[in-house]
Amino acid sequence: MKVSEQWLREWVNPPVGTAELAEQLTMAGLEVDSIEPAAGGFDSVVVGEVLEVSPHPDADKLRVCRVDAGQGADPLQIVCGAPNVHQGMRAPVALVGGKLPGGLKIKKAKLRGVESFGMLCSARELGLSEDHAGLMALPADAPVGTDIRDYLKLEDSIIEVDLTPNRGDCLGMEGIAREVALLNDCDLTPPAIEPVAAQVEDSFPVTVDAPAACPRYLGRVIRGIDPGAVTPLWMQERLRRGGIRPLGPVIDVTNYVLLELGQPMHGFDLGQLQDGIRVRFAAPGEKLTLLDGREVALAADSLVIADARQPLALAGVMGGEGSGVSDSTRDVFLECAFFDPLHIAGRARAYGLQTDSSYRFERGVDPELQIRALDRATRLLLDICGGRPGPVIEVSSEAHLPRRPAIRLRSARIRRLLGFELKPAEVVGILEGLGCAVDAEREDWSVTPPSHRFDLAIEADLIEELGRVHGYNRLPSRAPAGRLQMTPQREEQIDGRRLRLALVERGYQEAITYSFVDAGLQERLDPEHRAIPLANPISADLAVMRSTLWPGLLGALGHNLRRQQERVRLFEQGLNFISQDNEIKQESYIAGVLCGRPLPEQWGVAGAGVDFYDAKADVEALLRLGGCFEAFMFEAGQHPALHPGRSARILRDGRAVGWLGTLHPRHAEELELPADTQLFELEIAAVAAGRKAAFEAISRYPAIRRDLALLVDEAVPAGAIAARVRQAGGARLKELRIFDVYQGKGVETGRKSIALGLILQDSSRTLTDQDVQTVVDEVTTALQQDLGASLRE
Amino acid sequence: MQDDIDKLTRQALDAVAAAADLRALDDVRVQYLGKKGLLTAQLKQLGQLPPDERKQAGQVINQAKEAVQQAIEARKSDLQQAELDRRLAGETLDVTLPGRGQVAGGLHPVTRTLERIEALFAGLGFEVALGPEIEDDYHNFEALNIPAHHPARAMHDTFYFEDGRVLRTHTSPVQIRVMENRTPPLRVIAPGRVYRCDSDLTHTPMFHQVEGLMVDTDVSFVDLKGILDDFLKHFFERDLGVRFRPSYFPFTEPSAEVDMECVMCDGKGCRVCSHTGWLEVLGCGMVHPKVFEHVGIDNEQYTGFAFGMGVERLAMLRYGVNDLRLFFENDLRFLRQFG
Ligand SMILES: [Zn+2]
Repeated sequence: MKVSEQWLREWVNPPVGTAELAEQLTMAGLEVDSIEPAAGGFDSVVVGEVLEVSPHPDADKLRVCRVDAGQGADPLQIVCGAPNVHQGMRAPVALVGGKLPGGLKIKKAKLRGVESFGMLCSARELGLSEDHAGLMALPADAPVGTDIRDYLKLEDSIIEVDLTPNRGDCLGMEGIAREVALLNDCDLTPPAIEPVAAQVEDSFPVTVDAPAACPRYLGRVIRGIDPGAVTPLWMQERLRRGGIRPLGPVIDVTNYVLLELGQPMHGFDLGQLQDGIRVRFAAPGEKLTLLDGREVALAADSLVIADARQPLALAGVMGGEGSGVSDSTRDVFLECAFFDPLHIAGRARAYGLQTDSSYRFERGVDPELQIRALDRATRLLLDICGGRPGPVIEVSSEAHLPRRPAIRLRSARIRRLLGFELKPAEVVGILEGLGCAVDAEREDWSVTPPSHRFDLAIEADLIEELGRVHGYNRLPSRAPAGRLQMTPQREEQIDGRRLRLALVERGYQEAITYSFVDAGLQERLDPEHRAIPLANPISADLAVMRSTLWPGLLGALGHNLRRQQERVRLFEQGLNFISQDNEIKQESYIAGVLCGRPLPEQWGVAGAGVDFYDAKADVEALLRLGGCFEAFMFEAGQHPALHPGRSARILRDGRAVGWLGTLHPRHAEELELPADTQLFELEIAAVAAGRKAAFEAISRYPAIRRDLALLVDEAVPAGAIAARVRQAGGARLKELRIFDVYQGKGVETGRKSIALGLILQDSSRTLTDQDVQTVVDEVTTALQQDLGASLRE
Repeated sequence: MQDDIDKLTRQALDAVAAAADLRALDDVRVQYLGKKGLLTAQLKQLGQLPPDERKQAGQVINQAKEAVQQAIEARKSDLQQAELDRRLAGETLDVTLPGRGQVAGGLHPVTRTLERIEALFAGLGFEVALGPEIEDDYHNFEALNIPAHHPARAMHDTFYFEDGRVLRTHTSPVQIRVMENRTPPLRVIAPGRVYRCDSDLTHTPMFHQVEGLMVDTDVSFVDLKGILDDFLKHFFERDLGVRFRPSYFPFTEPSAEVDMECVMCDGKGCRVCSHTGWLEVLGCGMVHPKVFEHVGIDNEQYTGFAFGMGVERLAMLRYGVNDLRLFFENDLRFLRQFG
């Protein structure tokens, strides 16, 4: 809402400056976005009259004018290129020595050899509008020689107020003025609005078929307006400062009332209406061509203003083509209605529209305002265009008009909600200042809000008003009090922070990528899950919800590789979205991507790229955090994103909870990522479920180590060997280490050598050689029988 | 005899002093003090002396042996020290070379900021609550007193799914879920990702919020003022000005926006604060009775406040980040600055 300070001060004139006024509004919840001057900075621009126009001897597009600018006896010679310059015209003249917005200094000049003493100006040159079609035409009675700034009262500020949706009542000068008067405790001086008596009998039938949507419809016929009338400059200026372009007297008057009182109105050309006005919902298949020239198919929930033939306007939103006033309109039908907010809300948006009218009706227009607005518009119209008004036509449905039932307001509740005691006199003073009727019953008040305050419906609304007008910042602050209650600390649950830090310590940077990704990339990496698409994505590469964290991480990897980073380790923690049996599973995962050297480049460390086992060590570090490492298992598995021979499914107690592997070389090539890119992803719930530590007595007897070198088929997984060893080793086998794996010279093709370290210990005695040998024999026998292993010499 | 001993002792001491290394020194020891050593031999000859001289001569010889022994020990210690010094000199490292091994990465600045916010509120007994990011219309809007077609919906630029669900536009639905499932007193904060269908210089389609909620029998607007004032001062570790401006949220009443003194210019006015000296950082208010009604909390028995803040905005102000989009590019040169 753009507020001309000058206009506002006609309504209410508190003894505060512009900045303080703006501060008051902001701190009352009417946030001031900006304060701009009403015109650009210029000086020495006066009203001039063009006395004579003659052609320029050397330029077709230039004219030589003699202009009376009130500067002594002799007219000024001014060369002008504007197409609309003509004899007798009055227009702004920038005098020699003056300055235009942007700092342009006006000097004596020669244009194609003809001297020019000043400049005739367009509205844009004065920073008044974008209009650059020609000179700014001033009324014929504009006093020659008067400074334009005085003539147009340009010493004004435009205060732009960003209103919250609850304050529809402030979408007019009157509403803002009411607030300012209340905040400064000074009087409102509104313009007098008197009923305008009918001068002709002409009426026009109005039928309201949808009284719930349109509880009040007022209309009036005005006959015989002067189609040649021009909107007075003061009104044009106010419209301009309110952000509305002047379009002709009838529309200008309705817009003026919109800005002044907040009441949207519409002017129909009576001659274009057939039989009568009908306010109804659109019928199936109906169409309407709007004022902006667009034809829309009307939805069944759209309220329309129709005549006997067809819909004429989208009620409360926009008029239609053909039925509105035009340059030739002589008889006008003025509409001034109250539409129910719920029946307007969202309708404009459904057609891709937002108009000054719908914006106000959605938020709530004062249902008691229509008659005053209609009289105001009638008076202004008669003053500008003449004509004879008919009687006011009114169709109202009392039953459907909004009620403002009395609200009970308890002093104790004010104290409880605000935490502050307001004196009863201040409570009543503020509420009455807001226009409420207050019925006092010993600090238990009955408060009836004014008709324009749609937002005051419950006790809390009134309490907010009390706090707001009293001033939030005048209320004290205090530390909240509550009962001290401990919160559960589940020791067996690893928190997300612990997981993040484990990876950070292992050289990873945390990334945060968008939860929506490119559908193609996701399909390529995770074709098994049906992607969940957004209905209104912001772009094609952010169109589906991620089912894995990998697309985002690979994107971030690529971003960094293209910026000279060679060693990248990134992880992310967040939700994946998987559609399953008509349900959307949203579960938390942690995933990583890595490439480049295992350690940062440094002296004394070789620099090969990472491989599967580097990534696996990081995954294992995460799996160990909960103390349940034995519950996890890695098994060879196939994942569309991963190298088929270098990928492992991670299981917890037999259930798949994650993946680890080398990026599939085909993806690496197509995504232009390095061949050594490794990926992992784990379900957080599975990793985070740990166990509470349980003490086990430490043996006082020494541990004994035996190393075994085995030869097995190369296809036998180390995991199977380890499992078999643990099983056969029994309770005395405390630890198993795989300390070498070898294939090559000395080992038969198709076989591999594996070196195991068995650490044996008993809790009650020192093991004898015989004890140790027994365990070793058990283990070797088991490996020989079950896995075809042989002991290596 | 005395003379012989003295002479022998002098020879021995000279030899000790001349011993260039431990082996030479040991040779000297054997030569004089060994089983067949020269001084040892003197002791063996004591028997040939008259009995009355034996005692004194024995003392003399023992003293001589003692003196030589001490000299040997002293020389040994010197030689060992010299040898250690020599060895250590050869083992000198360039201590200015960097250490070897892994170098830690770091947390994302948004996570750091979230953790900081969580820690400050955890100190006051606020628990962390989480909720789904694909939300139903009821929790994201309806239960928060934002019915269909409410003008406030237009301010949300919502991402929709075909089935009518939405990507949550704020963390406020977590409030609802907490209140549906638990009974007051409640002290909860809900951090997380939120989504708006908007992308330009100052908007990303995804960002983070932290929602806070306290419900108890005696919680009021002045408590809300107190806790947020406290929070901002502790978060920024500065005694900055904080002001509360009336505002509007459908799910709180009264509602306020919270401005703090601009940390970039100390409230003097700069580009960041649009020359007002103030930065809007929080929205808040007392829980709307309609919201309590939706979740079945008795309006007369309980009051509550709720607040919400944008995490990226706080991170930008705290760390001086000047471009929101940097948070989601995941450029290592950016991320490492917060490690
Ligand atoms: Zn600033």
